[in-house]
Amino acid sequence: MEATLSTIIAAAAPLMFASLGETISEKSGVINLSLEGSLMLSALAGFAVAFSTNNTLAGFAAAAVVGATFALIVAFSSITLGLNQVAVGFVLAILGVALASFLGGSYTGRPGGEVAVPPLNIPLLADIPFVGPVLFQHNIVVYASLLVVIVAWVFMFRTRPGLVLQGIGERPEATHSRGIKVNRLRYTYTIVGGALVGIGGAAFTLDAKLGWSFQHTRNFGWIALAIVIFGGWHPLRVAAGVLLFGFLQWLALDLQNVFPDLTQVLPIMPFVLMIFALVLVNADWLREWADRHPRWGNLIRGDAPSAIGTQFSAE
Amino acid sequence: MTVRSGEDASGVRRAAIGVLPFVVALLFASVLVLLVGENPIEAFRLIIQGSLGSADKLSDTVMVWVPLTLAAAGLVVTFAAGLWNIGVEGQIVLGAIGASLIAREVSAPPYILIPLTLLFGALFGIAWALLAGVLKTKGKVNEIFGGLGLDFVASGVTLYLIIGPWARPGIASTSGTEPFPTAAWLPALGDTRFSPLAVGLTIVLVVVVWMLLRGTRYGLKLKAVGRNPQSAFLMGIPTNRYILGAFAICGALSGLAGAIQATGFHHKLVPSISGGYGFLGILVVLLAGFRAIWIAPIAAFFAVIAVGSITLTLRLDVDSALGAVITGILVLFALMASGLRSYRRRKRSLELPPDPEESTSTPTPARGGAS
Repeated sequence: MEATLSTIIAAAAPLMFASLGETISEKSGVINLSLEGSLMLSALAGFAVAFSTNNTLAGFAAAAVVGATFALIVAFSSITLGLNQVAVGFVLAILGVALASFLGGSYTGRPGGEVAVPPLNIPLLADIPFVGPVLFQHNIVVYASLLVVIVAWVFMFRTRPGLVLQGIGERPEATHSRGIKVNRLRYTYTIVGGALVGIGGAAFTLDAKLGWSFQHTRNFGWIALAIVIFGGWHPLRVAAGVLLFGFLQWLALDLQNVFPDLTQVLPIMPFVLMIFALVLVNADWLREWADRHPRWGNLIRGDAPSAIGTQFSAE
Repeated sequence: MTVRSGEDASGVRRAAIGVLPFVVALLFASVLVLLVGENPIEAFRLIIQGSLGSADKLSDTVMVWVPLTLAAAGLVVTFAAGLWNIGVEGQIVLGAIGASLIAREVSAPPYILIPLTLLFGALFGIAWALLAGVLKTKGKVNEIFGGLGLDFVASGVTLYLIIGPWARPGIASTSGTEPFPTAAWLPALGDTRFSPLAVGLTIVLVVVVWMLLRGTRYGLKLKAVGRNPQSAFLMGIPTNRYILGAFAICGALSGLAGAIQATGFHHKLVPSISGGYGFLGILVVLLAGFRAIWIAPIAAFFAVIAVGSITLTLRLDVDSALGAVITGILVLFALMASGLRSYRRRKRSLELPPDPEESTSTPTPARGGAS
């Protein structure tokens, strides 16, 4: 039980960064649909740079730059040029996968032992029974992934800049009329979100699934996008979605022993279940139930930021 | 009347902007090829030679063009209705499964069997597309994520069939099913895969889609739904029925693409049966500016790049993903060039509100279907 929970939390770190990054970006009103490509390319960049410089931190930095660059292209195309965010993001998703496949050939199968993130037990806390092994016997990447969740949550709902972030995603006109530079902030949050996605990519190749192979992070970008919706754009619920997905993956792996015939099929199932959980969240009867029971309802209800995917122009 | 030189210059500039994305894409690809220590000119020569250089290569290119064009034609219809039909990959896969079912289980003379495989391919594609459609209209699931989920399911079903019920006797392998009996193969010229039937069917269907969106009431209403579903609904158009209709049309065309992939190209069911032509089809439609008339030539260019770059891996130390990089960069820069154009126009006429016809800022992708 302890070991299982600990495994799920450790394995969830990359997706945690990616989903939280996308949450921040979408909260400001910009959909970065490029995740499938930016995650894969930053995973490669992280591994390649760490491997050739023998410096793990440099790998994470390079990956963050790749993720931020993809986000910058989305921001520039949609905010400045007025292009459709979904179109640009989709093209970047395909392009990122193609680039990763083209550039990654020579790194396939290289052992990454020397550049792996070293384990780090947190003194005292690691000795607490149950909680210690589950939460405090990981490494810095896993701790950071959990910290990002808490920081994002506190920032969004307990600070003034966080309120502004919600404002530019929900009511850009009203926020603008209070003298806030909507588009500049949207650039900032999109790029910050993209950098987190990049860190998530490096967390795959330098920690969770050490090493690089073609399509190492396959489908995880798409699933991160789905989890943001499932999580109703709320950092804590997004984190819960990531852990739920991790649990389903663990379950699928475990069930392979029970149903050996389905070995090839089971790994796909968590993706399917996660996406169709969206149906449930959106179902009318569940929404009505949520309206009648506001205390519990708020746990499952989640609407997109009103101005998501739209342009804002000051004129 | 004299032509003002300013207009003349802007015409030249417009042409230059149209060509620019191609130049950028080729330059970018050249840099990548140089990076891995090979000669870009040689790489481009091999791409052309590998796609058009012999009857065999040419027929393979045509048989890539066929499913790509069919999927793109279907996507023009869903885009016209304002839908991002990401589920197109799964619709191709289901088409291939439907055709494989007939090819494996029914024994009949070719003139019955072949139309039956194509019909079942289309029907399976329609069923899968309608599933995404119902998820959207009834379940309020965004079609992007409903479609993605169904894509995952479709690839799962294919894998299950290949290693399970349709496994080759003795070997449980993911390399594909046993080849179909030859009676179910699409008739082809000589030893090549070139199928005149598939090519003819594709041309006819592209023309049908073009006419549907250009000159029919149905197409007009579909575009009204895509532009603004609320006002279309208020004008008495049954929005949901049109959305499902668009999904069904796209499903039929992509299902047919999958059926042709199975019976005309691989002659069996393989795990990656869609060939990625669904997502590539979306890039084709984006580059075509959602206009049906540009689909066939753009798909031909994409097919040349896709088939030609396979040769690269065999002859040079260059990964075949170079082809996908070229097409991706091309579409990205074409989009950005069009964005830059309307950005400069907006700057020039700040006092005027943005022209709705030119605006790309709407969250829905619909910008009309036919040209």
